Amino acid sequence: MRIALFVTCLADTLFPEAAKATVRLLERLGHEVVFPADQTCCGQMHVNTGYPDDALRLVRRHVRVFAPYDVVVAPSGSCVGSVRHQHAMVARRAGDERLASRAEEVASRTCELSELLVDVLGVTDVGAYFPHRVTYHPTCHSLRMIRVGDKPLRLLREVRGLELVELPQAEQCCGFGGTFAVKNADTSTAMLADKMRNVLATRAEVCTAGDSSCLMHIGGGLSRLRAGVRTVHLAEILASTEGAETAGERDRLEVGS
Amino acid sequence: MTRTFLGMPATAPRGVGNLRGEESFPAAARRALGDAQLRRNLRHATTTIRAKSGAVIGELPDWEQLRAAGSAIKADVMARLPELLEQLESAVIAAGGTVHWAADAVEANRIVTDLVRAAGAERVMKVKSMATQEIGLNEALEAAGIEPVETDLAELIVQLGRDRPSHILVPAIHRNRAEIREIFLREMPGVDPALTDEPAALAAAARRHLRETFLSTRVAVSGANFAVAETGTLAVVESEGNGRMCLTLPETLITVMGVEKIIPSWADLEVFLQLLPRASTGERMNPYTSMWTGVTPGDGPQQVHLVLLDNGRSAVLADAVGRQALHCIRCSACLNVCPVYERTGGHAYGSVYPGPIGAVLSPQLTGVPDNASLPYASSLCGACYDACPVKINIPELLVHLRGQAPHPATEAAAMGAAAYTMDHPRLYAAAQRAAGLARLAGRALLPPLNGWTASRDLPAAPPQTFRQWWAER
Amino acid sequence: MNSREIVLGRLRAALGDRPAPPAAVPRDYRPAGALGVDLDLLVHRLTDYRATVHRCPEADVAQVVDEVLGGRRVVVPPGLPRHWLPATVAAVTDQNLTAEQIAAVDGVVTAAAVAVAETGTIVLDAAPDQGRRVISLLPDVHVCVLRADQVVATVPDAVARVAPGRPLTWISGPSATSDIELNRVEGVHGPRQLHVVLVPDGQAGHG
Repeated sequence: MRIALFVTCLADTLFPEAAKATVRLLERLGHEVVFPADQTCCGQMHVNTGYPDDALRLVRRHVRVFAPYDVVVAPSGSCVGSVRHQHAMVARRAGDERLASRAEEVASRTCELSELLVDVLGVTDVGAYFPHRVTYHPTCHSLRMIRVGDKPLRLLREVRGLELVELPQAEQCCGFGGTFAVKNADTSTAMLADKMRNVLATRAEVCTAGDSSCLMHIGGGLSRLRAGVRTVHLAEILASTEGAETAGERDRLEVGS
Repeated sequence: MTRTFLGMPATAPRGVGNLRGEESFPAAARRALGDAQLRRNLRHATTTIRAKSGAVIGELPDWEQLRAAGSAIKADVMARLPELLEQLESAVIAAGGTVHWAADAVEANRIVTDLVRAAGAERVMKVKSMATQEIGLNEALEAAGIEPVETDLAELIVQLGRDRPSHILVPAIHRNRAEIREIFLREMPGVDPALTDEPAALAAAARRHLRETFLSTRVAVSGANFAVAETGTLAVVESEGNGRMCLTLPETLITVMGVEKIIPSWADLEVFLQLLPRASTGERMNPYTSMWTGVTPGDGPQQVHLVLLDNGRSAVLADAVGRQALHCIRCSACLNVCPVYERTGGHAYGSVYPGPIGAVLSPQLTGVPDNASLPYASSLCGACYDACPVKINIPELLVHLRGQAPHPATEAAAMGAAAYTMDHPRLYAAAQRAAGLARLAGRALLPPLNGWTASRDLPAAPPQTFRQWWAER
Repeated sequence: MNSREIVLGRLRAALGDRPAPPAAVPRDYRPAGALGVDLDLLVHRLTDYRATVHRCPEADVAQVVDEVLGGRRVVVPPGLPRHWLPATVAAVTDQNLTAEQIAAVDGVVTAAAVAVAETGTIVLDAAPDQGRRVISLLPDVHVCVLRADQVVATVPDAVARVAPGRPLTWISGPSATSDIELNRVEGVHGPRQLHVVLVPDGQAGHG
């Protein structure tokens, strides 16, 4: 199958390992991955911060770039959620009904990674090997906006060597929320503290999720605590194989400003 | 003023009522987050109610179908609101009641005050009512020399403690049993000094304290959970029996109701009487629900008034996206599941309507600029939408209202520049290489990003971006 | 322009986009008549919310009332079957008693209009065998006699059966509050004890 990668601006810029892992995984499963080079950002940051008019040009770009493809995948529940639930709304708000219906078409062909694997490609055992104790945080937008359900867990359960431990109060938000973490930093930090407490209670080595943004938030907090728990994107675990286990090895965290 | 001006949708006036806070949400939240006792009380209470509610909702095989019906009935109500109100008015009058219309809080307070004076009363007893808190009725009555007595236990705790309500259903949720005992010992005349902090003992103290008030007060003020347009029936859903006391014992009953509380037909009650208690107190059915239709000779108040309140609701209705906030049945399920509310409590929201529904309702009632920080008081986690028994899409509304909020000029300029850059892939790639998106989306754009890095480490920029890697493959 | 015209005018202006009402409200939930009545479920639900249930033949109602209120004063509605009352209670019939007079008695005995098995709810509609709302409110003990054929399965069944114009009181257990730490505690302003006497079909009220 020919699959267009919607890399997301965050993975492209800050977390390329998650995007590279998505490419390696899909190619290993025998599919062709293409990267439409004119993509940039889906506009979610603008929409959620209150700038739907600025987001319009980004929605228009996204729809134009991805319209030619039958299947689009992103390693992010949040960005897929934006494509599905915000793009048409932004277009309609601007009175562009034609863009809205094209956006709905693109959205209907856009999947989050676990959806693509389980629902479209019909696979749960992707041949991965990851010999670590892992806990999974179901990010809010994966869980409640696009409703991936237990698909990521079904994929993780098939990974050789992986010991999956349940995260207490898993469905609670980690406190990121994009602009929320900036405009309401104190409340965000209080939510993060509880999430980290639950992650640490699992005694997992690795906390994984389907969104680099939430992992950046949780990982940034764990790093500051020197907690000894890595955050690794789901794609990186699924891309890992025996002899080529690379997920999350590069220490990408520095002491913040 | 011209007829056209008077007939245009209007927000709730300033200077009256309790819809506007004195400081922004982040500032108020910061203080609340530092109150360890408050945090423990809120966590305990919201955890308890989430479990209870989840259990009784799980007993119903048709919960989702009930939600869908509730949502559609409310959408129908909004589309036909004027005609339904006229139908309700006719039915109430035909049953012996009197109907008043109040364009705003000032007018509603004046109507109620005049009715109490006409009844010759110096004291009124009140059933817990969000509408009368919203309009600041107690303050208006006191200014007119009339004593309002709150009879709901939590409202009594708030009133005796000279406190502010912090939750729609349980206004004293921020108080634990030990604090409640202290308030009762300090403020309740004649209370047993040996009073313990057992909830049953505290409830019994309230029973003794209010019994004489119930028997001797000639005017009561209530809100309404539902008003049936078809029959003119009003309904109050409660637990303690204070509602029954107020609705049954006085000579005069004055009900103040937001215009959106109406439902079209009697049969619609079968939906809401299932949705409300399970979503609200987590009970299969609340202990008492009272329904009255005008005046019943010889049974209950013989003077029955209904005050229909706008106070900004017409402005909410005027927004085709925002009007779904008027579907709210005040169950408070969204507060109980909200990770932000659980940590900040209700006072941080400034308005009598706290939590997720408050963050979308208060700014619409007042106009977004008067509550500009509230639409941002959410991580958009979506738990509120899932919990809402009438399926109000609160995350969608929050984002919608952020689009109407006044923006800081520096932020607006930076966001515009970011959008321009992101719409030009070459500029975008250059910006990525120059600074990494953290700088692009963060420090350069949003000056308070240091709030984020205060407690988290930023990821270092990787050696190459994905698109560089792809180009080199 | 009066306030009525102002409010209605504003609301009409707000709906300037003339939104179409939903074509039909989807009523895919369990409607009235969907379920059979399960008396055991009613008993379970009543008991779960701290009501006390007595199941007996109609002829034994007086004996139950004696057990609960023997030796005490009760108020009764004018239409209450007199044979429900044992000789051991001092019964006063509500003929426009004052609130103080009603508050001074220990208990009240009434019939009911409808009961909902799924929620453990009893509905009073102020018929002559139930009386004015105030009599089932002020006394501390409420004994409510319910016929099996008055029990319906669900809330929609009850909404379909009760008469809208009458003053209605839906009672689910004794007075309670969740206002202290969101735990349910029984016993605030209404009766602190609720006894439901469940008798077989077609017997109550005809004796």
